[in-house]
Amino acid sequence: MSLYTRRRSKNAAVLGMSVAATGVGLGWLALILYALINEALRGLSLAVFTEMTPPPGAEGGLLNPIVGSLIITALAVALGTPLGLFAGTYMAEYGRYSHITKVVRFINDILLSAPSIVVGLFVYEVLVRQMGHFSGFAGSVALAVIVVPVVVRTTEDMLLLVPRELREAASAIGMPRARMISHVCYRAARAGLITGVLLAIARVSGETAPLLFTALNNAFFSISLNQPMASLPAVIYQFALSPYQEWQRLAWAGALIITAAVLALSIAARVLARRKLS
Amino acid sequence: MTMVDSAAPATPPPIVSRPAPTREGLNEKVSVRGLSFYYGENKALKNITVALYAGLVTAFIGPSGCGKSTFLRVLNRIYDLYPNQRAEGEVLLDNQNVLSPAQDLNLLRARVGMVFQKPTPFPMSIYENIAFGIRLYESLPKADMDARVESALRRAALWDEVKDKLGHNGLSLSGGQQQRLCIARTVAVKPEVILLDEPCSALDPIATAKIEELIDELKSDYTIAIVTHNMQQAARVSDYTAFMFLGELVEFGPTTKIFTTPSERRTQDYITGRFG
Repeated sequence: MSLYTRRRSKNAAVLGMSVAATGVGLGWLALILYALINEALRGLSLAVFTEMTPPPGAEGGLLNPIVGSLIITALAVALGTPLGLFAGTYMAEYGRYSHITKVVRFINDILLSAPSIVVGLFVYEVLVRQMGHFSGFAGSVALAVIVVPVVVRTTEDMLLLVPRELREAASAIGMPRARMISHVCYRAARAGLITGVLLAIARVSGETAPLLFTALNNAFFSISLNQPMASLPAVIYQFALSPYQEWQRLAWAGALIITAAVLALSIAARVLARRKLS
Repeated sequence: MTMVDSAAPATPPPIVSRPAPTREGLNEKVSVRGLSFYYGENKALKNITVALYAGLVTAFIGPSGCGKSTFLRVLNRIYDLYPNQRAEGEVLLDNQNVLSPAQDLNLLRARVGMVFQKPTPFPMSIYENIAFGIRLYESLPKADMDARVESALRRAALWDEVKDKLGHNGLSLSGGQQQRLCIARTVAVKPEVILLDEPCSALDPIATAKIEELIDELKSDYTIAIVTHNMQQAARVSDYTAFMFLGELVEFGPTTKIFTTPSERRTQDYITGRFG
């Protein structure tokens, strides 16, 4: 066999394995989505969005966990985004060449991949135990801790993509650094920065473990941040494990709602990222 | 070395054939004395002494890596954005040393404007690209601001092309237009000195011709330094020329003299295309 034929057959073999691996990965994803949609469509109705979670054996909806999830996530993003933006800005602009930045980046990367249950336990210790009870606020703080590293990372990456020349041009007309960052760099990186926040929302909207330790759950409608608060992931967890058919149907519906929301956010992030390139 | 001692502007330069400006009666807007520059340990400029005369165009020529861009970047201290870059010596702007640590960098850069190799419009409208810099140091009523923006764009010979689309993004313009927008932006802050770092290297010959015309018009009001790889361009636009090589200033004098009867062998070799 000549060297060339051998290389060609090697190429064919590796290519074949790659395609097969891709097929297996996508296949599972398709199966999961199929099962989800198949099961969830049966349980999905207008009542899901308008009625409270029912007691076992009764019909009901997911209004309180939907509202709870929106509140907890919104507050988490409101708490985590500024922190992440400021830290990322420091790392990309002021501290670009400093040693601290390297340390912070390393720690941030660890935090980025830290198991979320650890974050839940942490907030349980520092907040829930001190307050003496579970609360929606504690849930938001736990999710905010997950939001921060995502936003730090994307903010730094996006600001580093802003060309050096643009910063020099801004400085060259006597623009103070803070203005240069807020009016030129942020503007140039805007799509990327928004994408980072959207990805962070997508990341936290399915988190269950940190919420079980912090916001817990609530069978009733409550928008008080000082009370335990229902959330979609926690309700799915509870209902899916229950023996009641109505609850299981609602769990499927809730799973579909989260999946659709995350998909929508990801698409929005993609569209924004592409707009930045053009 | 015929490095001229710029500390003595009254000393007349060697006689030149063309009715070129002589150094007599010329006002040194920027006097550079014994300037050395380091990137970390690497010495990129070696004891440069040169002057920019008020109201004239000074060209800096030399092969890549000779330090001409670095030299320009010292004059407005843009190098200060980066760590491990430092300058030694004196750069006097109206007899004030801009290398002094007490120098306010933003004020310095408002007085010494710079146009870069690649056009760098800000990600905002054409109007805002100009107005933004003005607003940093002056608060003008709307009508006055409109007038300033218009006059800056007119000076950069761009007004007629953009007057109907001032709200469009600056990035939507062509390369040559973007570069003129950058010049307009620089002119709008009313600097005293303008540094042009290979402003035409990304442009086609027509856009280049426009920029060169522009330089000719601007020089009545500003002191201009231009770095260029194009020797014809240096000959066309400048009154004085400095030839640099390996971080040293080899020769500095009236452009006509440098291009016709250079005193240094290396200058002659470079200009006639024997190297570089």
